[in-house]
Amino acid sequence: MSFKEVFDKYSWDTVKESIYGKTSTDVERALSNPERTLEDFKALISPAAAPYLEQMARLSHEMTLKRFGNTMQLYAPLYLSNECQNICTYCGFSLDNKLKRKTLNDIEIAKEVKAIKAMGFQHVLLVTGEANQTVGVDYIEHAIQQIRPHFANLSMEVQPLDQDEYERLIPQGLHAVLVYQETYHKEDYKKHHPKGKKSNFDYRLETPDRLGKAGVHKMGLGALIGLEDWRVDSFFVALHLSYLERQYWQTKYSISFPRLRPFSGGLEPKVEMVDRELVQLICAYRIFNQEIELSLSTREMETFRNHAIRLGITSMSAGSKTNPGGYAVEPQSLEQFEISDERSPETIKQMLEQNGYEPVWKDWDITLEHS
Amino acid sequence: MENFKIADKEFKSRLFTGTGKFKNSQLMKEALEASESELATVALKRVDAGDAHDQILTHLNHDRISLLPNTSGVRTAKEAVFAAQLAREALETNWIKLEIHPDPKYLMPDPIETLKATEELAKLGFIVLPYIHADPVLCKRLEDAGTSAVMPLGSPIGSNKGLKTIDFLEIIIEQANVPVVVDAGIGAPSDAAKAMELGADACLVNTAIAVSDNPVQMAIAFKMAIEAGRMAYEAKLASPVNNAIASSPLLTAFLDEL
Repeated sequence: MSFKEVFDKYSWDTVKESIYGKTSTDVERALSNPERTLEDFKALISPAAAPYLEQMARLSHEMTLKRFGNTMQLYAPLYLSNECQNICTYCGFSLDNKLKRKTLNDIEIAKEVKAIKAMGFQHVLLVTGEANQTVGVDYIEHAIQQIRPHFANLSMEVQPLDQDEYERLIPQGLHAVLVYQETYHKEDYKKHHPKGKKSNFDYRLETPDRLGKAGVHKMGLGALIGLEDWRVDSFFVALHLSYLERQYWQTKYSISFPRLRPFSGGLEPKVEMVDRELVQLICAYRIFNQEIELSLSTREMETFRNHAIRLGITSMSAGSKTNPGGYAVEPQSLEQFEISDERSPETIKQMLEQNGYEPVWKDWDITLEHS
Repeated sequence: MENFKIADKEFKSRLFTGTGKFKNSQLMKEALEASESELATVALKRVDAGDAHDQILTHLNHDRISLLPNTSGVRTAKEAVFAAQLAREALETNWIKLEIHPDPKYLMPDPIETLKATEELAKLGFIVLPYIHADPVLCKRLEDAGTSAVMPLGSPIGSNKGLKTIDFLEIIIEQANVPVVVDAGIGAPSDAAKAMELGADACLVNTAIAVSDNPVQMAIAFKMAIEAGRMAYEAKLASPVNNAIASSPLLTAFLDEL
């Protein structure tokens, strides 16, 4: 059993029609139901829910407060490499983009680790492109072994791997793995990923299954907003989540909603999502699932992030650099995407405290992984 | 109303019945016929399969009703596996309702022995339906062990107290990848209807039918309640509506200024 079997029963167009067919009655029912179904979720992300935004925000705020309290987890990405064999129309590291390729060596990693720790971070997210020759599992394993002792928690966002590869990395202290489908629109996925291992839609779609079977603690899902209709893609994220929660009940889940950001030579979003709609989506995910971790990166603007903390978000990055070596080694190299919120972690910390939120730097311990 | 399946067997009726506690076998037969139930559990300890005139078995000899032997009386996984093998041979079915209750007073199911026995019986090719506490984690562990369904209790067996475990049943139903049959404690048709409205796949009712003044009529009442509850579930229940509070935007006002 894998998600593909579930996924194949749905058609993009039918889902789309169903979302756009939702009415205010459906939205009201979704808001008042004690538990929400996938149909309720469709109503909450539909155009019909737009007038209910404030009500959704209040409900999302209340539910988040009940489950997570007045806290916000903080993490920093650590880009290890920008080498990549894939062509992705929207990504700064795409194979066909002319930029200086860089993969950090041990000494450089040590410098970056030191810089990230100096900012106060205890949770780190390792990021790479997909270059299996130079940045394959051996490189990743080696990097985890080097980095893990310096942090309380380690996640990664790299190319999808096989189950046995995950099984090799998890015992090294790999806590969470983020793999975004980018888009669940199979035909468009092919257009956006014309070359490289990533062009295999099904292999990517089944990655969370492989992670679940490998027994990962936490996995992150999401769609890249801007490639296709965000409402339909978000429905498929929710469907994927529902399936996974049932199938791999010991795993924790998180969702991100990266909006396509400009980068040098990049693609303009096909479908634009305005701020109001991003708020709607965040609230819809929360109302649909009280336990899910919702994460917001520095792609978003200051003002937006300042308000999003009360809307359902439970985890944020801060002071992020999206280029390998960006913190200490080569601060001037080309980024994967532009950062919108450039405030330092210290400034974010103060912002959170002023708003009555406790910044949480450490929410895990390496000793919990010793079995 | 949708049919449902356990293992490869398809059921029209979502009411499972028991065969104990009736005044006599004739009354049992009439009640089970009226119930339209397609699965009736029978305690291995109560039947004598070698006896062609066994009261229970002869009265259950019905095309529609399949037998679900149970292991009532055993106290350990080892005893349960042995009993299941006996039942398979005697009653020619690989279906087994696993009941391991070492506690003779409340007949509380032993989760540890039940998990062990499920694992072993599934490996031996049995269709296992374990009777358990309404424990969501145990249900997931049983799924991993190869169970074909789970049978969480609504309240202590024979107590007629209804769905005391409702909050946990809801979690079990939400998470389950195998059919959920609410077993034990269902005292009134309204309890059964409620369980079905929550999304349970079936209910097993014995005492409430068997000991009523009119078991045949009560069997029909349960049949109707279970159908009503299931149909309501499939048609999607409306929930109480909270009135919207009209007020000026507080959390989303910033969007107008962006």
